[in-house]
Amino acid sequence: MGHIESSLLNIGYLETLSYQQTPLHRLDPRVKLLTTLVFIVAVVSFGKYEITGLLPFIFYPVVLMAVGNLPPGYLAKKILLAAPFAFFIGIFNPLLDRAVLVHLGPIGISGGWVSFVSIMIRFTLTVSAALILIAGTGLNAVCLALEKMGAPRSFVTQLLFLYRYIFVLTDEALRLARARALRSFQGRGMGFKVFSSMIGQLLLRTLDRARRIHLAMLSRGFDGKIHLLRPLHLHGRDVAFFLGWSGLFVLMRWFNIPHLLGNTITELFR
Amino acid sequence: MSHHLVEINHLQYTYPDGTSALRGVSFRITHGEAVAIIGANGAGKSTLLLQLNGCLLPQAGTVRIGDLPLNKETLSYVRRTVGMVFQDPDDQLFMPLVHDDVAFGPLNLGLPPEEVEERVVSALATVGALHLKDRPPYRLSGGEKRAVAIASVLSMSPSILVMDEPTSSLDPQTRRQLIQLLKTFNHTLIIATHDLDLVLDLCSRTIVMKEGLIVADGPTLEILQDEELLHSSGLEKPLRLQGCPVCQARSGPAG
Repeated sequence: MGHIESSLLNIGYLETLSYQQTPLHRLDPRVKLLTTLVFIVAVVSFGKYEITGLLPFIFYPVVLMAVGNLPPGYLAKKILLAAPFAFFIGIFNPLLDRAVLVHLGPIGISGGWVSFVSIMIRFTLTVSAALILIAGTGLNAVCLALEKMGAPRSFVTQLLFLYRYIFVLTDEALRLARARALRSFQGRGMGFKVFSSMIGQLLLRTLDRARRIHLAMLSRGFDGKIHLLRPLHLHGRDVAFFLGWSGLFVLMRWFNIPHLLGNTITELFR
Repeated sequence: MSHHLVEINHLQYTYPDGTSALRGVSFRITHGEAVAIIGANGAGKSTLLLQLNGCLLPQAGTVRIGDLPLNKETLSYVRRTVGMVFQDPDDQLFMPLVHDDVAFGPLNLGLPPEEVEERVVSALATVGALHLKDRPPYRLSGGEKRAVAIASVLSMSPSILVMDEPTSSLDPQTRRQLIQLLKTFNHTLIIATHDLDLVLDLCSRTIVMKEGLIVADGPTLEILQDEELLHSSGLEKPLRLQGCPVCQARSGPAG
């Protein structure tokens, strides 16, 4: 129960971060969204055994965290939270792909391990970019950007409502869980049977609330379209942000910079 | 100004599960009146309110708002005229920011952006919540939510305000502020509530409902002193009209 509560506070904290006034936060949400997309596409488009080429991309999250005054520790924790998903996607690679790909001195490293590490790096990079987008922009502004950029309206509306009511829903779930815990003794009453009826209860309450919200929307002239009145303006710095980063990503995608650096250094020592 | 008129004739409504919530209700509320609708739980108050702006449509009888009967064609006019404040502000404040929420109605009316902005600011200023403009609704306190919910309706400049339990779950001082605020309105006010002291302060006329019927309709002061009527409708005198326990104790045990 304390767990639900603290994760709720955590979402709240992510949002609190988005209220800051830093150069990152002042950028137009559209350019941040687009840049994040370019970043993700660049990162995932590498070949499956790529490691060194991915490393320079860490530059982007690090710079943004510094400029946007975002706490690295907190974001790292969030990334760890999602890590098991990537971990289980990648963990079978070392078992399936045993062909030795790299020799580090006497030790041969199989292609499976290399691709596993590559998956984990990509995961870290993309998730941190997405988290930074939310923490540096706020989900509502991201939705607004999506809408302005022509994302399907129903999708944006769903996302807005999801975010608006996730707090109300968790609050309700929390109250249910608390009410049960207070009347359960020695583990009795905490079983699966009660749990399933609680979930049903929660669903019914949610449906009921959805009906009331719909009525409230109709009462105010809702006709299937949600209008948002927040003008967005592109400034020079927005364009520069987008072009600068995207250019860098393309560069890092086509040229393996650590490789080049390594070659240059070996050249120098020769 | 005839568009402030609310007239209901032999209204009946039965829910799909067979609960008969309204069993022939009639009344007429004229411009600028403040009317309380009181009654025990399940007396049909909320159902009646939902009829007033067409959230539910009558199964028998008629509802007239202003000059028009309520039906599917007049629905949008009626909803513009009748502003409805729901009991739970969380149901009413569904937009990401307070500002968006208050702008929701006017934008749906198709008003130009400058006009919408003006209305948002003036509605929020009326309820004293202008400083909350850029906050998300779920981060507001109960009283703030209530104020914003009212602003979100005021921004459509309705002529008739309908409120369901406006003072429920408010602390005493916030409740007092809300009553003071409502006193300044010159809308036609229709309030369904259990807060009979609020009725005493705000409404000159009271309608008492019981089991889907109107059992009394008259001046508030008369109705709230009729103990027999109140008792039979599952109510009791407003606390202020009841004997003060401290005074009673002082003057010795009363008989």
